Amino acid sequence: MSHWLIAPIILPAMMAPFVVLAARYHIGIQRVFSIAGVLALVIISASLMWVASDGTIMIYQLGSWAAPFGIVLVGDRLSTMMILLTSTLALVVLIYAISSRWDERGRHFHALFQFQLMGIFGAFLTGDLFNLFVFFEVLLIASYGLMIHSGGTRRLRAGVQYVLFNLIGSTLFLFALGALYAETGTLNMADLAQRVAMISPDETAGIRVAAVLLILVFAIKAALVPLHFWLPSSYAEAPAPVAALFAIMTKVGAYAIIRIYTMVFPTDLDATSGLHDVWLLPVALVSLTVGMVGILAAKQLDRLVAFAIIGSMGTVMVAVALFTESGIAAALYYMIHSTLAAAALFLIVDLVRSGRRNLMLEAQPAIAGAVPIAALFFAAAIAMAGLPPLSGFLGKLLVLQAAFSNDHSIWIWAIILATSLISILGFARAGSTLFWKARAMPAEPDAPATTEPATMSYVAVGTLILLLGLHTVFAGQVHGYTTKVAAQLFAPAPYIATVLETPGRLSENSSAEGY
Amino acid sequence: MEFLIASAIGVMTAAGIYLVLRLRTFPVILGISLLTYAVNVFLFSSGRVFVGAPPVLRDDVTFYTDPLPQALVLTAIVISFGMTAVVVMIGLGAFLGSDDDHVDDRTDAGQEEDAA
Repeated sequence: MSHWLIAPIILPAMMAPFVVLAARYHIGIQRVFSIAGVLALVIISASLMWVASDGTIMIYQLGSWAAPFGIVLVGDRLSTMMILLTSTLALVVLIYAISSRWDERGRHFHALFQFQLMGIFGAFLTGDLFNLFVFFEVLLIASYGLMIHSGGTRRLRAGVQYVLFNLIGSTLFLFALGALYAETGTLNMADLAQRVAMISPDETAGIRVAAVLLILVFAIKAALVPLHFWLPSSYAEAPAPVAALFAIMTKVGAYAIIRIYTMVFPTDLDATSGLHDVWLLPVALVSLTVGMVGILAAKQLDRLVAFAIIGSMGTVMVAVALFTESGIAAALYYMIHSTLAAAALFLIVDLVRSGRRNLMLEAQPAIAGAVPIAALFFAAAIAMAGLPPLSGFLGKLLVLQAAFSNDHSIWIWAIILATSLISILGFARAGSTLFWKARAMPAEPDAPATTEPATMSYVAVGTLILLLGLHTVFAGQVHGYTTKVAAQLFAPAPYIATVLETPGRLSENSSAEGY
Repeated sequence: MEFLIASAIGVMTAAGIYLVLRLRTFPVILGISLLTYAVNVFLFSSGRVFVGAPPVLRDDVTFYTDPLPQALVLTAIVISFGMTAVVVMIGLGAFLGSDDDHVDDRTDAGQEEDAA
């Protein structure tokens, strides 16, 4: 049993207390260790993905207790792809946080950042539902600290809403877990998949309640309408690098829905039929609409980007809700794209903010470094709105193609195409107000001189745009890989077999070893 | 026994949801605490309700209760306790900063009404 699978959780878990205890007064040392830690994470997750890419399912039994008695970590194609995406995003965000000196504006930024990564990696890797709850709490409690980093009354007020909403979500998660355990007597995902299928058709009341409660919890995380109300103000008020990192947090919810509702509650399970197509698909279409209309209606740039996140999550969930191999493959391709594009937009918002009085979408004198910032905004907006040539266009094309054979394909096509147009209008309006009209405004005589953002800030945003470009150029390869990921998700037998049949303490074929 | 536990969970959940829907921070935090109490009892009963049974497996014991929900409850209690402390601190900070403990996004009109 290789120990590498747990390294993405252990490394930040060790790094964070080290940063707090040994380097709390030395921001320079904190930065070095933080960057080194995240670099190591990128390398580890890339190698894990390399191992998993041929279809191998890695398993790590904590304390070598066999599943379902012990907690297991499982690395398959989907998990390892998500951790590589997370660590890559974290590296870019960290470079921006350091270059823009956001990490100096409050205490313990780097420690909280590492704990946040630990929670996200854990949520992606765990094979146990209660453990998923624990890692959700780890990533949430770190995110509470990051969200109110550097303080301020407005940020604290948004923080209260964010924390309260997520506390209710956690309580709901516990209710769902209690109901699942009462019905099946296990919380291991692979074991659940087997036992849920064995429940007789006339005793499904409890398991249906559990399935609906679970999808509600994940929908809160994924910010699906009508459970999205926490997102706009908390993402808009959070410090820019934190908001950019949070771009992966909504994807944790989408990941959990993909994982649980392909393995434990698959579409061919009678007890939960209708949850996928009757409920999830319309909700996803409504969130897509709300998000894209929000882009056009937003009065502030940061809110605009927050609504863009809701809209892009809507697109992801439309593709997920098809629950076909091509749908999930398209969803995963679009998910990578939307994470990178949303993070880039949040960082650009911060570049714009540094030169203006506020982020209201109204003409104000031109900011320092307006030309490169405008160019970056242009590229990121094209990607987010789904215009060619960037990957948003290809992603939406894949979603549309996957939806072609669906019964409701007319609705899906109409709403995706119409909302794309609305979002293009919204971004065009925002961009022209911010950058073009600013050129006609005279500089205010008593305005304080604004300094141009640091070069490394441009490099960080540019890297995200570059990654989007690579995501477009290698779209064939990436989509080929996500198709393989989806194929693995729809054939869960090897996953279940690996989890339940790997020997360990207390397992049936090694009873002499157990005690 | 079953009726007592079930009604306790139901009453606490109902009261918790009512309080969570209030507009000011303090009742909302109380409501969340009630909800976490309710969910703790619910988790506890998810391994079936037994009276006077040990939560351990031994060879000579035939009457025992499921130990796992107790471990789950312990984890849930610790987490909800810590989270409540966090939200109290952040809520206190927001209240001291703005002299206003509403949890919703106030419109300007609403704040003027309060001032009037």
